[in-house]
Amino acid sequence: MSGSGPRENVFATRMALTNMKLRLKGAETGHSLLAKKRDALMTRFRAILRKVDEAKRKMGRVMQLASFSMAEVTYTTGDISYLVQEQAKLATFRVKATQENVSGVLLPAFEVDRTPGSDFNLTGLGRGGQQVQRAKEVYAKALETLVELASLQTAFTILDEVIRATNRRVNAIEHVIIPRLDNTIKYIVSELDEMDREEFFRLKKVQGKKKRDAAIAAEKRASLEKAAKKAAAKAVKITQSEPATDLLSTKDEDVIF
Amino acid sequence: MASHTSFKDRNLIAVIGDEDSITGLLLAGIGHINEQLKKNFLVVDSKTQVSTIEAAFQEFTERKDVAILLINQHIAEKIRPTVDRYQQAFPTLLEIPSKDHPYDPAKDSVLKRVQKLFGE
Repeated sequence: MSGSGPRENVFATRMALTNMKLRLKGAETGHSLLAKKRDALMTRFRAILRKVDEAKRKMGRVMQLASFSMAEVTYTTGDISYLVQEQAKLATFRVKATQENVSGVLLPAFEVDRTPGSDFNLTGLGRGGQQVQRAKEVYAKALETLVELASLQTAFTILDEVIRATNRRVNAIEHVIIPRLDNTIKYIVSELDEMDREEFFRLKKVQGKKKRDAAIAAEKRASLEKAAKKAAAKAVKITQSEPATDLLSTKDEDVIF
Repeated sequence: MASHTSFKDRNLIAVIGDEDSITGLLLAGIGHINEQLKKNFLVVDSKTQVSTIEAAFQEFTERKDVAILLINQHIAEKIRPTVDRYQQAFPTLLEIPSKDHPYDPAKDSVLKRVQKLFGE
């Protein structure tokens, strides 16, 4: 039967039908828009995925290089880790977040924000100063790669989340909301049809009854008329069967004079 | 996604790593000690307790001024469940290789997800 399955809780009226039709149209528009959004995000997501993969591998190489330069420093200068850790006060290598808009999703992108400072300038003053400086540069370069990778990865995480939410919405509209509205519309239409048929049947009945009544009345009238006619005819006969006698022409014996 | 609103204030890079990695990154100038004398880095050696690493990880991920959290992969291995459970966008979690431990893409929590998505 049409209208089976879940449907909205509405009365079957023409107004509700119009409302449902409007909502169905809205849902379909929303569905196509969301599907488009999902496709756009997916394209972006694929590109980012590939970049993330690449960047991760690049990071492996860059960090290896950085470790190597660190080893050089340790070799020439000796252990400077304690010194460096104690000198750290304020970060000179920071990141700045900017935003990028992809189909309404704000993706952050990190940028390196470096304030040229003079910290660690005295590190390795005795020996290995050059190596320290070089290690500093190499690590800064490595960090730039890392920051780039971080922004890619953040974009990846956020896009992943958003795509999942969008997918959920698309599927919900496609598999829950639209069928339900469809069902409601079918239900209302069938209900209205049913009402129409009932109304028609009722009218038929009324008409039939009227006809019947009219027929009965006509019959009654006819029989009455017949009866009246009969009565009239009888009366005529009675008058005819008793002809008026001429009292003067006949002689009655009782009449003595 | 409440984290969206506050990411403008995030500008620090935090590190959990071995001594060499930390030294190098500090040389580049990421070291920061704030007013509460909280450092944005944690040196992990063989004697460091796993609970300490976990605590540092929690602290850095909950701090509002950290944009990127770097962690050595072999240290991430020690607290792998926590790392894998971490799904937030901010701060971004990056696993980096260290001197003694070459980078293994198969272990990275993000790359694992990448692989899963490509595999589908």
